[in-house]
Amino acid sequence: MKLTVWTYEGPPHVGAMRVATGMKGLHYVLHAPQGDTYADLLFTMIERRDHRPPVTYTTFQARDLGADTADLFKDACRDAWERFRPEAIIVGASCTAELIQDDPGGMAAALDLPIPVIPLDLPSYQRKENFGADETFLQIVRHLAKPMARTERISCNIIGPTGLGFRHRDDVEELTGLLFELGVAVNVVAPLGASPSDVARLGAAHFNVLLYPETGEGACRWMQRELGLPFTKTVPIGVSATRDFIREVNGLTEMDASPDEGRLRLPWYSRSVDSTYLTGKRVFIFGDGTHAAAAARIASEEMGFAVVGLGCYNREFARPIRALAKSMGLEALVTDDYLEVEAAIQEAQPELILGTQMERHIGKRLGIPCAVISAPVHVQDFPARRSPQVGFEGANVIFDTWVHPLVMGLEEHLLHMFRDDFEFRDEAGPSHHGGHAPRAMDAAPEPEPALAAAVNDNVTWLADAEKELRKIPFFVRGKARRNTEKFAVERGVSAISVETLYEAKAHYAR
Amino acid sequence: MNRPFTLSDAPAKGCREAPVLKERGQREVFCGLTGIIWLHRKMQDAFFLVVGSRTCAHLLQSAAGVMIFAEPRFGTAILEEKDLAGLADAHDELDREVERLLARRPDIRRLFLVGSCPSEVIKLDLSRAAERLTRKYAPHVAVLNYSGSGIETTFTQGEDACLESMVPVLPESPERQLLLVGALPDVVEDQALSLLSALGIETVRVLPSRRADAPLAVGEGTVFALTQPFLGETAAALERRGARRIDAPFPFGEEGTTLWLRAVAAEFGVSEERFEAVTAAPRARARLAVAAAAETLEGRSIFFFPDSQLEIPLARFLTRECGMRAIEIGAPYIHKGLVGPDLDLIEEGPLLSEGQDVDKQLDRARAARADLTVCGLGLANPLEAEGLATKWAIELVFTPVHFYEQAGDLAALFARPLRRREMLKALAPATGEAAG
Repeated sequence: MKLTVWTYEGPPHVGAMRVATGMKGLHYVLHAPQGDTYADLLFTMIERRDHRPPVTYTTFQARDLGADTADLFKDACRDAWERFRPEAIIVGASCTAELIQDDPGGMAAALDLPIPVIPLDLPSYQRKENFGADETFLQIVRHLAKPMARTERISCNIIGPTGLGFRHRDDVEELTGLLFELGVAVNVVAPLGASPSDVARLGAAHFNVLLYPETGEGACRWMQRELGLPFTKTVPIGVSATRDFIREVNGLTEMDASPDEGRLRLPWYSRSVDSTYLTGKRVFIFGDGTHAAAAARIASEEMGFAVVGLGCYNREFARPIRALAKSMGLEALVTDDYLEVEAAIQEAQPELILGTQMERHIGKRLGIPCAVISAPVHVQDFPARRSPQVGFEGANVIFDTWVHPLVMGLEEHLLHMFRDDFEFRDEAGPSHHGGHAPRAMDAAPEPEPALAAAVNDNVTWLADAEKELRKIPFFVRGKARRNTEKFAVERGVSAISVETLYEAKAHYAR
Repeated sequence: MNRPFTLSDAPAKGCREAPVLKERGQREVFCGLTGIIWLHRKMQDAFFLVVGSRTCAHLLQSAAGVMIFAEPRFGTAILEEKDLAGLADAHDELDREVERLLARRPDIRRLFLVGSCPSEVIKLDLSRAAERLTRKYAPHVAVLNYSGSGIETTFTQGEDACLESMVPVLPESPERQLLLVGALPDVVEDQALSLLSALGIETVRVLPSRRADAPLAVGEGTVFALTQPFLGETAAALERRGARRIDAPFPFGEEGTTLWLRAVAAEFGVSEERFEAVTAAPRARARLAVAAAAETLEGRSIFFFPDSQLEIPLARFLTRECGMRAIEIGAPYIHKGLVGPDLDLIEEGPLLSEGQDVDKQLDRARAARADLTVCGLGLANPLEAEGLATKWAIELVFTPVHFYEQAGDLAALFARPLRRREMLKALAPATGEAAG
């Protein structure tokens, strides 16, 4: 048993729903109790879908247990076929139905429906949403995809995008354009937008582009083995990753295409002098493995940030994230415990968080700006405008998204110089965020004593030093406090004076 | 204009005896765990520990919509493979999680162990756990249990199960008192208390109390009035303790509030003059406020999917005070003992349905094409895309809507989707049904 407050991932059958809802012509019959239909609102409200997810829930109740839950399932399955006439049906159990062991796969097969019926076995008490999506798509591909003649023109499939994915809609569009410039046609995008008959012709492509390993790697590995389709290993998020991806695709196609970089603005924006203030900004990165790894590379090599924390919530990606963190001199944080992530952020006192919607909330509380880089998604992650993460336009979007929450260059200096100005106090936060100013630390100083306690209970701040500390702008104050305390402890100083503060500043000067 | 309501205002034939379409099939409703979202805000020293699966945790997070709190006063003890293998171990694990939780949260005075579908199916006995833990943590923390599982409860029934669990442990008192039953937003509860106090009713208490140390007892002298129509089991538990229920329509709208207050006033022998003096001004305000929204609602048709269990009292309010015409009134279940007075006031005509087979009901809703369709969040956008105006039902349990001062807000909640459609008509699709 593990106490959970907020979760990064839903149960595995929600992953299966993401596949089913992303696809067309597929129906999911889910053996589940009343209430599990809540998952529909993820799609209709968060993603603003204008159709109900193609899911039939058996909705069994206590009185059905031990009596006719199996009949309920069979009726629901037959009704779903008759009403929706899908090209294929996937069947499975939610966590409660798993316990009553009705064998949805066997029952559905016994109905002898004239369409493929694909059973899912998703262990609800061991695995989570991403596994559920990956496994579901793998099973669909295994049942439907067959070896076949390749398309005449070189083509690929884009594998991994699902319903309720972080920017999947826009990434697919951007990537399709990039592949066109590389001389590669897109055979099938799946699961998002694909029908079972589209899945059946996956084998006509020359290779697969694995866009999101979280939800597509299982299927790509199977297709490599069974259909002889190699798949790409680079996820093209960021300038360098996109260029690497282009090289990888050129390798597969044996061409030497070089797409026009005319629209790519990140490199110049990042090199231009007004971006100098970004240098060494301390960022904490947390998300799914793929997006966190991409963000770490962009942050350090393309934005000039200092990565002070890196982690992911999906254990399946623990190994690469640990290796990447190690290469940056960090210890990776691999956890799905929200409180642990919050503690790590508080400890690291970054100037910017690159995280999920969960970290956005942590940032709000701690007064640290945050840009969202990964699922779990929120209605805000489905902007009306086009807003991809992959490719060159994705890099542009990322530059804007990450810089936006920060206090900008000259403003940062002015805040520092005139911090007592009654209209221009640091509590006001970035001037372009009227309604989203970080909380006034003077009014609610509780996180800071907690931090002090975390460093050393024996260090106290003299009144003058505390006052001087308050003159430091809020976005670096936490770091100054932490460094000074660390410095004091190392030197056996128990009372921090103004002197100690400035000695520490000189010591840590970068 | 403040003519007191008399039974002559009731329709010649109400809906109490109307035939009910009983449906059984896929239900598009939340389970009872959802009630935790508002209950944990109402009871400020309570913690709700769901013993369940990742699905339960995900539901709470998704239904809450936003995450406002670092550590909210609810959480899920997620069952893992090893808990399923041995129940003895599951109890040990639960004790360990509770110990950690209470050590970290010394402010918690009431702990609810909330059963879920998986905990019910594996027959994890949470009442035994609650007894054991109460012995361990008394008197500082009271540990109670109830089930919010989907196999036993639908949406607002979770509040019923929670309040019911509190009744057996209330102290006995013969004192003459009025007990208000139902979790209301604090502002609404305060308004109700102030009206009752103005009527001269001296001892009024509320279940659930905001804090554990509120003086709450029950016994032969207790009469109680429900403020929510979904509290049948709680009412039965109070009756078992000797309390007596005051039967009335529910306090939605000017008429509902007046009839509800009048039933309470009659019980306590409040004079007609005093009743008039206390209610005249707020009644006039409520009528004025409702009239503003009713301009939009007058003559429009409405179709209720089953959701919060408020459907019948709301249909009464919307048909009688706002001039709407109900086509279908669906409710997860119909407890005629509680909603009978509301049914009496709804003129016969609308189809009453209980339970749900969502696809069949969608067929009826599409055929009816009501001016306004009240439904859950899973159905609202898809129906809007088909050209139907919708009102999401969940807002009705998250928004202050009871009593006089909220009557106008309640009507406005239904008027807003229609006003919005009117404002945005330039955006309507150029062709097809959706343009309607």
